[in-house]
Amino acid sequence: MAFDATAIRADFPIFDRKIRDGKRLVYLDSGATSQKPNSVINAESNFYRLHNAAAHRGAHQLAEEATEAIESARATVAQFLGGKEDEIVFTKSSTEALNLLAYAIGSAPKGNKFNLSAGDEIVVSEMEHHANLIPWQQLAARTGAVLKWFEVTPEGRLDLSEINSVITSKTKIVALTHQSNVLGTINPLTELVKRSHEVGAVFILDACQSVPHMPVNVAELDIDFLAFSGHKAVGPTGVGVLWGRADLLAELPPFLFGGSMIESVTMTEATWAPAPRKFEPGVPNMAQIVGLGEAVKYLSNIGMSEIHNHEIALTKYAIAKMSEIADLRIIGPTDTVLRGGAISFTLGKIHPHDLGQFLDDAGIAVRTGHHCAWPLTRKMGVPATTRASFYLYNTLEDIDQLCTSILAAQKYFG
Amino acid sequence: MQLDKLYQEVILDHYKNPQNKKLSATYDAQVHHVNPSCGDEIDLNITIKDGRVEAITWDGVGCSISQASVSILTDLLIGKSIDGAYKIYDEFVALMQSKGTVEGDEELLEDAVALAGVSKYPARIKCALLGWMAFKDASVQAQAK
Repeated sequence: MAFDATAIRADFPIFDRKIRDGKRLVYLDSGATSQKPNSVINAESNFYRLHNAAAHRGAHQLAEEATEAIESARATVAQFLGGKEDEIVFTKSSTEALNLLAYAIGSAPKGNKFNLSAGDEIVVSEMEHHANLIPWQQLAARTGAVLKWFEVTPEGRLDLSEINSVITSKTKIVALTHQSNVLGTINPLTELVKRSHEVGAVFILDACQSVPHMPVNVAELDIDFLAFSGHKAVGPTGVGVLWGRADLLAELPPFLFGGSMIESVTMTEATWAPAPRKFEPGVPNMAQIVGLGEAVKYLSNIGMSEIHNHEIALTKYAIAKMSEIADLRIIGPTDTVLRGGAISFTLGKIHPHDLGQFLDDAGIAVRTGHHCAWPLTRKMGVPATTRASFYLYNTLEDIDQLCTSILAAQKYFG
Repeated sequence: MQLDKLYQEVILDHYKNPQNKKLSATYDAQVHHVNPSCGDEIDLNITIKDGRVEAITWDGVGCSISQASVSILTDLLIGKSIDGAYKIYDEFVALMQSKGTVEGDEELLEDAVALAGVSKYPARIKCALLGWMAFKDASVQAQAK
């Protein structure tokens, strides 16, 4: 079946509403959060309507159904990523998943593979979202490890020319984004993963902007950990995923302690359940996990390659059209090679907040500011940008409306 | 157009021709304020003499609302007594938090009433208040000297 964005829009009830006095909703902010299809909304609310009980606890039918519902979502997510069921840890967000890693690594005792000591090195990049920068920056500060980073070229690509001096025999952790939420740049991972493993470092992938938009297979990428969030992948808020290699999850100490993550407890000691349970204390966000399972099914039915190709086509069209606008400067790659559908730009002297407000008045939702990647916007020499980000439900008409309104904004503020 | 209620002519005028936008060499207090959600920044110098605001100068980057608001502030508060300036400050902050329910006292706020429309856009209130918060901070520091 051919990809049909208009038919897809019909699955998303939010597109039935009007914005700012009767205008068509042009939603170009999926990089921040995606809209939700009916199947996800129904799965989440049906869990509460029909199956609600505490999973992994209780001896009754509802508890069994709740357990089955979240474990079946785990299997769906595992298959989607090319991992094993026991390698999927549900968190409340990808931010929590990355912090879980940073805190768990920080508490690894001497003799544990993850133990960090002064002089060890952690590698990130200048294009990280704050959620994949600050946990590592602070972990370095707590342990005396040294934070190093790959720089970003003026074209918005990772500068890998010094890869062997950035990732060294002292490197323990390499934590990089798969796709920049600001630039749209997709990072080439093969060489980075190879080099990381060569020196014995673990490779952690922030896949928040890639998993929702293109095929991502952890086995093919040969990475060690991956984090993504449900709400950017047509799923609910309140659920994120940490995938980790089974042997590494077994070695990694727990982060949060509490109910159902234990094997045995006395007043003075405790031992841990095997992963993923070890990392999932407390009653999980069950309805959201079930919703995420449904979201992943929804995306898989359409096809991740089809979604990616659709976004590439939109991006190509948008870059061509936006490049014709005087004073519009795209911050990031201007081709579609290793590039996803997030386009950040500046517009002469018009401040992004003013442009964003003007576009909002026309029913167009974009993101403005530094996009939680302040070091990157500084590096690119701009105080803030406007970002249009695309997803499976966007159309060429959305981009036409964006460009028409950008031109109108230039007149208004000019 | 709804937008015109937000971007009043006087706001766009101040944005294009900002007043007192050049940091003075001398001052009683200097502050640097940032809006962490968008990256807007302002430096503001204040001089207070005999209980009066003698000078306010500033520099910064930001959207038209934040830039116009601080420009209007300098026009409005320079020459006022500290007590008078704080009265205007309180009225302006109340206007910004009003969610569009009040029009603002034009006698007191003068050009600053043009910013009343901002109060209907929750995401922009911090833009309008950036310079005012900097003023309050600087004036407190200057008086503590």
